[in-house]
Amino acid sequence: MADAAPDMRAGGARASGGATAPPARAPLVAPEKLRGFIASFGWTVASVGLFTLIWEFCWLVGWADPKLLPPPHIFLGQIGEQTKFFNTATRWAVGVNPDSGPTGLESVMVTVAATMARVVAGLVIASVLAISLGVLIRYYVMVERLTLPTITLLSPVSPIAWLPVAIFLFGIGNAPAIFMVVVALFFHMVLATVTHIDNVNRNFIHVARTMGATKRQVYARVVIPAILPGLLMVLRLNLFGAWMVVLVAESTGVGHGLGQVIMLARNTFNPSLVFFVIALIGVLGFLTDWALRMVQHRVLYWLPEKGAHHGL
Amino acid sequence: MASDAKGFSKKDPVVCRGLGKTWAAGTSRAHEALKGIDLDVKPGEFVVLLGPSGCGKSTLLYLIAGLEDVTTGELNHFGEPVTGPSPDRSLIFQETSLFPWLTVWENVAFGLSIRGASHAERKEAAVQALREVGLTAAMNKRPDELSGGMRQRVAVARALAMRPKVLLMDEPFAALDVQTRQKMQDFLLDVWRDSGATVLFVTHHIDEAVALSDRVVVFTSRPGRIKTIVTNDLPRPRDPFAPESEAMRRHLTAQLRDEVDRAFAEQESFGA
Repeated sequence: MADAAPDMRAGGARASGGATAPPARAPLVAPEKLRGFIASFGWTVASVGLFTLIWEFCWLVGWADPKLLPPPHIFLGQIGEQTKFFNTATRWAVGVNPDSGPTGLESVMVTVAATMARVVAGLVIASVLAISLGVLIRYYVMVERLTLPTITLLSPVSPIAWLPVAIFLFGIGNAPAIFMVVVALFFHMVLATVTHIDNVNRNFIHVARTMGATKRQVYARVVIPAILPGLLMVLRLNLFGAWMVVLVAESTGVGHGLGQVIMLARNTFNPSLVFFVIALIGVLGFLTDWALRMVQHRVLYWLPEKGAHHGL
Repeated sequence: MASDAKGFSKKDPVVCRGLGKTWAAGTSRAHEALKGIDLDVKPGEFVVLLGPSGCGKSTLLYLIAGLEDVTTGELNHFGEPVTGPSPDRSLIFQETSLFPWLTVWENVAFGLSIRGASHAERKEAAVQALREVGLTAAMNKRPDELSGGMRQRVAVARALAMRPKVLLMDEPFAALDVQTRQKMQDFLLDVWRDSGATVLFVTHHIDEAVALSDRVVVFTSRPGRIKTIVTNDLPRPRDPFAPESEAMRRHLTAQLRDEVDRAFAEQESFGA
């Protein structure tokens, strides 16, 4: 926080002093873009810093018991010790040297990569299945009649309720975790696809039809590109759902994963480890959302940049 | 009641005989939009459909485009019944209907790509059509980079690229400001003269009807019927301030006033 504040002030000074002191050379990045980035980064740091300060204050005056709610300087200060709880595959097996195996940092990376791979695999499978079925529902009336009522009935079921089913079907391992992510996203995404198809601008379809497009061409050339922006938004909203579900699935035991580390922390009464994993998931969720936003930007090149209207 | 009901011509691009359309026919929400429409449109004619909002004039355009099915009566296009959409009859909408994910030239060439034309063919046809509307410079832009007037010109180019016999225009300039609208009217008259296409143009603006039409078809509302057909043979180019234009405006205003009064009275009785 301390190092972000001067950056923001510098950004403000450049904005106001630009008229009197023109820049000596062309900047590498568009100045308004850079300024926007610095400002939003600065506010992120400020926001996190504010809550950190409150937490640390509570610890300082003795309201927060460090054994139950260890403040950031404690749980982050213990990273070195805590990382040994990641990658639990062989470390506690009889006859294995506890200091053998990957280093702490490597263990964290392996664990994060395993969880991330499950989230991404689930997202991809759920998107492909849901968008295909959604399009088929609107393309063939029979598909709608046979599938839509069941999908509508199943969509409000909490993904947690599917956990036993995942284990019955797939046992223990990667498959049930991925299955959970798919189930958490699939029903909502099918319904969202159908809704978005219904909301496609009628004029687009009329134009294509007057130009002699067949039903198939109308779907391929008009309906699918027209619903893509809405679907990527749905995907982004469901990404957080995927992160929540994957932890639950992993807590049932899948070799290694962040959910398993959380369960380990719970069973060994290790609040520092819990908060460390929570912080890690927060950062990962943020980064995956950012990555999806970049994909959105690339795939949906035709959409104008959204201005910040602050709800006004 | 003025009506064209007489012989049946194979040369006429649009012939309506007792045409009617009822939305949601056979249900409790059934709503008769058009009734007993008799209309012959000659090749190369500029016909304006004029009437209050909700009088069914747009519905007539959709029927002619083949996007909606006729409920009663007959609708013929060069002696053939209209059974579905055809590139011969291009529809242009009020609201922009350009595909935002395609560039200007890709939009114009959309109909050709549906037919499976090669990239070179498509580009050539698009450049040709864009030249006709004076927008070749914007060919690689995206629709959201253009002004409202330019977007409508691209929509016209997209229709022209199909070499249609009939241009159906549903209040195409209603969303534009007054100055742009006047420019677009001149532009449309140029396109009409150069392409030789028949134009059916829906509007509720009397000025627009006087400036553009060979004939004005005035509609009554609920259900939409033809009240009268006014021939507009003022010499072109037309001066909107000439006394003849003024007289035509007066005449059309008088024809429409009864209809607007009736629509208002109906609305008031709904409110009571």
